[in-house]
Amino acid sequence: MIDAGELRTRTRALLEAHPPATTDRADFLKARFDAGLAWVHYPEGLGGLGAPRSLQAVVDAELEAAGAPDNDPRRIGIGLGMAAPTVLGFGTEEQKQRFLRPLWTGEEVWCQLFSEPGAGSDLAALGTRAVRDAESGDWVVNGQKVWTSSAHTARWAILIARTDPDLPKHRGITYFVCDMTDPGVEVRPLRQITGEAEFNEVFLTDVRVPDAHRLGEVGEGWKVAQTTLMNERVSIGGMRIPREGGMIGPVAKAWRDRPELRTHDLHQRLLKLWVDAEVARLTGERLRQQLVAGQPGPEGSGMKLGFARLNQEISGLEVELLGEEGLLYDDWTMRRPELVDFVGREAGYRYLRSKGNSIEGGTSEVLLNIVAERVLGLPAEPRTDKDVAWKDLAR
Amino acid sequence: MSDLLYSEEEEALRRAVRDLLADRCDAATVLARAEAPAAEGPHDRELWKALTEGMGLAGLLVPEELGGQGATHREAAVVLEELGRAVAPVPYLTSAVVATEALLACGGSEAAELLSALAAGRTVGALAVGLATAPGAPFQDVRHDAGALHGELTGIADAAGADILLVPADDGALYAVHTAQDGVTVTPRTSLDLTRPLAAVTFEAAAARELTRGADAAVRRGLRAGAALLASEQLGIAEWCLTETVRYTKERHQFNRPVGSFQALKHRLAELWLEVVNTRAAARNAADALAADSTDADVAAALAQAYAAPVAVHAAEEALQLHGGIGMTWEHPVHLYLKRAKADSIAYGTAGRHREALAELVDLQAP
Repeated sequence: MIDAGELRTRTRALLEAHPPATTDRADFLKARFDAGLAWVHYPEGLGGLGAPRSLQAVVDAELEAAGAPDNDPRRIGIGLGMAAPTVLGFGTEEQKQRFLRPLWTGEEVWCQLFSEPGAGSDLAALGTRAVRDAESGDWVVNGQKVWTSSAHTARWAILIARTDPDLPKHRGITYFVCDMTDPGVEVRPLRQITGEAEFNEVFLTDVRVPDAHRLGEVGEGWKVAQTTLMNERVSIGGMRIPREGGMIGPVAKAWRDRPELRTHDLHQRLLKLWVDAEVARLTGERLRQQLVAGQPGPEGSGMKLGFARLNQEISGLEVELLGEEGLLYDDWTMRRPELVDFVGREAGYRYLRSKGNSIEGGTSEVLLNIVAERVLGLPAEPRTDKDVAWKDLAR
Repeated sequence: MSDLLYSEEEEALRRAVRDLLADRCDAATVLARAEAPAAEGPHDRELWKALTEGMGLAGLLVPEELGGQGATHREAAVVLEELGRAVAPVPYLTSAVVATEALLACGGSEAAELLSALAAGRTVGALAVGLATAPGAPFQDVRHDAGALHGELTGIADAAGADILLVPADDGALYAVHTAQDGVTVTPRTSLDLTRPLAAVTFEAAAARELTRGADAAVRRGLRAGAALLASEQLGIAEWCLTETVRYTKERHQFNRPVGSFQALKHRLAELWLEVVNTRAAARNAADALAADSTDADVAAALAQAYAAPVAVHAAEEALQLHGGIGMTWEHPVHLYLKRAKADSIAYGTAGRHREALAELVDLQAP
């Protein structure tokens, strides 16, 4: 097994062969991938060395100290966090070779074609159809997806579609990789309450997906999607955040810098939220330490719930703290940002954007059910849709 | 950054304490103890003996050269988690943590001798400062005159079972007084928490031995350790309440379903789970900060109390409600946990007091 010293040696060799100061950014990233230092826990030949995941920090620290470029993980978050583990887990050797390198270097951005207007929390109810063309063997996809971040910049999408409507809803689904440049793919900006169009609607009309772009078996798409969704929810909590590193930071700063805004009521509320934010940060840190020690705990299931509520309460307090200024908004012009950014811009934006935190990536209500059933082992609610064919469900 | 996990040794310690408590400290035993005649004293002496003489737990914070275990607050916190989970009627927090920490701040041979006695567990000590006092808050003292103490102190936790009191006096010094000696009267009060009883103490020309000239620093250190490690006790209480309530709602049927399958209840229990998870991080952080003598220890202690105290109360209140009628009975132990949790939310300063302390410590000043 490769240890920290070995990784340090390899990282230094990479830096020597490709000095960051004189190497093109894209070339450096490709060389890093080929050296197995992209994600060290991935297999050799796919950007990794089969090393323990916790040792990535060793590589990252060396590279950061040397001023090496990174692959801008925020811009390619869906690819890194969701598409990559799914391709790694269920893809053929050919698919892994084709997709993972440009995904990691950021040459190819990914998006996620999961949610639909009629299938949000009840994702397995989705209605986008994929029908096999008997002649070519291709799949022909028709339907509409929604709430799709990065669709306007994406080269590829992970897509789930219904391939057998006669089966119960969890069973007739298949998982694909969809080419976003296909002429049947139409991306329309979906303007949100912030004024921005960070998300999109995606209309799929006779989109041809070759069978070689199927991930996993026909009809096994729900199982594959579980990997994607699990990775979506645990991606939070893996980072080390300093005290006041989240949304509480700007509020605390405003409180210190502008004593004229202070009231006793706001003081009480601010202190309570400061405590909640600091404790949530410690819980995230504890989860991180567990992961590093190779003992992942169930805490991750609750982290997103906690952060959603906290972000909403803190940003709400911030708007109120600003008083007259809180009545203003920086800019309602429609923009199409490339990054998902909860904290950027100003208080009004933070307040409005944080409303999505308890909806995106699983609503808080659904996550509470998941905690209750999977962590606490409480009995499931009686299900009326479990054994009914998808086509016979009420819609 | 603090180490927020449990070491293998700490987990082994937890198992040993939990096994002992499972044998000797079930709910029926705790309840019987609470109703025993006053003459028998408020504490379970047999259990205390097993924990201290048997396992050496009273000496965890005492250095080895004074006869202790030379362990840290991290281990003491694990013991308190288990004692909280069992609402054990023993003076661990007051004697082995608060009085011990106050003595550790004193220095000198008198304090060293007392520390050895407390570490052995044969002597029980109590800091004679009201249980509701927050670290750094003003506290009552008594008059010192010609080597003797005069006056009354109220709200002293576990004083009725203590052999030695550490008493702050108006000359700024801290004194040691035997409860059995002339001029000392300990009057038990009927307490909300049946398992951590309060008493008033009066001194009428009671002879006293000086421990330190700096009572303030000693009291502050004792109370800070009390507040920080109380969070671990609160974690144990909250965990018991959550675990028992999950178990009960899985078994209890109404409307032809286990009540735990109703979403309204599931969401409440999932919310509680999240609070318990957060409390564990806050409590571990506080214990580790004290163990490392970190510059952040004051913040860590205040943070832990500000967060953990309301969680323990919430957990006990939810446990009572979700148990339905049985939760209101004397025979079901949930009331013991509610009473302990509510009393704990006042002990060593309320959450509000600790938030005020944080306002100073992290520079979020009041208007």
